[in-house]
Amino acid sequence: MLRLERRATPSQFWLWFTPVLAVFLTMLAGGLLFAALGSNPFTVIRTIFWEPLAGANAAYFRAQLFIKAAPLILIAVGLAMGFRAGIWNIGAEGQYIMGAIIGASVGLAFYPTENRLIFPVMVAAGAFGGWAWAMIPAILKTKFNTNEILVSLMLVYVAQAILAKAAFSFLRNPDGMGFPGSRNFSTYPAARNVDLIERSGFHWGAVAALGVAVAAYVLLTRHGIGFRIRLAGQAPRAARFHGVSPARLVIFCLGLAGALAGLAGIFEASGPSGQITDKFATGYGFTAIIVAFLGRLNPLGIILAGLLMALTYVGGSLAESRLNLPAASIQVFQGMLLFFLLGVDMLTNYRIRIGRSLRTGAGA
Amino acid sequence: MQRRNLLATAALTFGLALSGGAAMAQGLEKVKACFIYVGPIGDGGWTYQHHQGALALVEEYGDKVEIAWQESVPEGADAERAITQFALDGCNIIFTTSFGFMDATQAIAAQFPDIKFEHATGFKRDQPNVSTYDARFYEGRAVMGTIAGHMTKSNKIGYIGSFPIPEVIQGINASFIHAKKVNPDVAMSVVWAYTWFDPAKEADAAKALIDQGVDVILQHTDSTAPLAEAAKVPGVIGFGQASDMSAYKPSPRVSAIIDNWAPYYIKRVGALMDGTYEQSAAWEGIAGGEVEIGEITEAVPAEVKAAAEKVRDDIAAGTYHPFTGPLNKQDGSAWLAEGEVADDGVLATMNFYVEGITGDIPNQN
Repeated sequence: MLRLERRATPSQFWLWFTPVLAVFLTMLAGGLLFAALGSNPFTVIRTIFWEPLAGANAAYFRAQLFIKAAPLILIAVGLAMGFRAGIWNIGAEGQYIMGAIIGASVGLAFYPTENRLIFPVMVAAGAFGGWAWAMIPAILKTKFNTNEILVSLMLVYVAQAILAKAAFSFLRNPDGMGFPGSRNFSTYPAARNVDLIERSGFHWGAVAALGVAVAAYVLLTRHGIGFRIRLAGQAPRAARFHGVSPARLVIFCLGLAGALAGLAGIFEASGPSGQITDKFATGYGFTAIIVAFLGRLNPLGIILAGLLMALTYVGGSLAESRLNLPAASIQVFQGMLLFFLLGVDMLTNYRIRIGRSLRTGAGA
Repeated sequence: MQRRNLLATAALTFGLALSGGAAMAQGLEKVKACFIYVGPIGDGGWTYQHHQGALALVEEYGDKVEIAWQESVPEGADAERAITQFALDGCNIIFTTSFGFMDATQAIAAQFPDIKFEHATGFKRDQPNVSTYDARFYEGRAVMGTIAGHMTKSNKIGYIGSFPIPEVIQGINASFIHAKKVNPDVAMSVVWAYTWFDPAKEADAAKALIDQGVDVILQHTDSTAPLAEAAKVPGVIGFGQASDMSAYKPSPRVSAIIDNWAPYYIKRVGALMDGTYEQSAAWEGIAGGEVEIGEITEAVPAEVKAAAEKVRDDIAAGTYHPFTGPLNKQDGSAWLAEGEVADDGVLATMNFYVEGITGDIPNQN
């Protein structure tokens, strides 16, 4: 008989091995799914995980990995800091949207002026937009003790409504013949988020993502704020005795996550996406939650997790077009990844014992 | 002014393409045609009809054509990647079947000058290898409007709008003009759903209209939900949109506007094969077969059916244009004089209601 036994301390081995196991199980279960759909599971898995890295035209697809991973990493690092402290910001998608709208509005207000300062000002405005949107749940929580999970999530839908409004009215391209969508930043060099090396996919957002991940790692492990974040998450009472102000921590963590999500938004709007449309938001803010946990809430782990998630998107889309797979099958495949990750995560805190428990007689 | 010029140039290009123009050097033995879809093929409406067009290619050309597709492609950076994937995978012609793919199509077309790109419902043809195509859905709306004007007993008809863009506004105006023509007392309410496909929202919109006393519902959204709502209330009718929606025959679905992309896809791929392919801006309607009127059911009296079919046949024959003067704009200012027909430039950017429609177009400026 199988039973679970709590470990005295979380297993360091399983902490890092469960993501690998989860990916393996996802390949296995996903393979069965693809086989059931009538495709060769080995071809599909190979197309998703191998083709973008080393197959035909891999140079193009490797660049796409950075484009896809950069916003995920930026957002996930910010979220992870809060999650570690027990602050659950589920509304990064809204902060991402607001960062993009505020940043793009500032940039387009200068159109068609050419000045080197425009892009940095836009980026700062984007970070501000995300920060300000995250301050709503932060202040409501600290002043009125509202639940930040609900408030931040609900504000996503408000942000989506503002996005639609922006695309159809105040940011609509005056030369767009009445169609929705802002001016395209590819036609506005001063405000364009370009690839730093041509066609590398390595735009300013990718630079920011790597920089932020490293800085967050240092902050968490070497800095007082990092210590307080970890303490608040692991032992809230001890943290209070230590003089950690829960209110300040909420403001800091939500603000940081909001600002980083806002940055991701403006880098996306001015670069890969190129414009604000009603379809601008494609769920990076929600996917980043998966990335944060896949990366074990560790900024360096998040870099790897972001790249892996990007691979499932880029490879998944490749599999769809080459093998004519339905889009929903790739979404199910990505969902399996989170499912298995959460499922096998218990191995970190529990060990599986075979046989009868010594304490069964106690009638627990 | 610049916009007009753009369209005028496009019209000229199209004219040349129609008249045969100068033939290209040589055709292709085998064509790989690839399709980017905005929704799932199972939407039963917009994307489904495009996919039917893609399948018609295989039926027409057999082994000489290979098709590939990707569904539910998000707009923006993901669309660019999906289009590039097809370009790198050896597609000869790539159809991007939604307005939102416009800028992405332009960007990728610039990088692959030897591949042909066809963008549905857009207006940008900056690259010589990008053509655009659209259908004159407003022609079908004129037929639906005629039926609606005859059939309404409450003299209230309703229109479920998707987004306030020119294509949808053309449809609203064409429906109203033709309902009014046969029933001067008719009034129209417009509800904006802000979606192309969302059964729950569409059902709510239909309910709201029925509550206002509307008994004929026209829809510019792609699900069958409005028809399902209409089916619950005796005497309320509606029309199929994008596909036939024949499950709701004979009532509430009394007719339908069907998008048929097959003739266009067959023509363009055929041109690529025989070497006559040219950049073009296609905008065809009932005459070209892109807009079909679904069967008008027995729920409609014979004389109404005959009147609707006359509108359809006159449009097909080219003897009647749905936007023929005298017509005024909503604010009462003159738009078209007696006998004058709307030019394509104005239609393509239409952002006003005609006289008699109440309410405002949202988010104007």
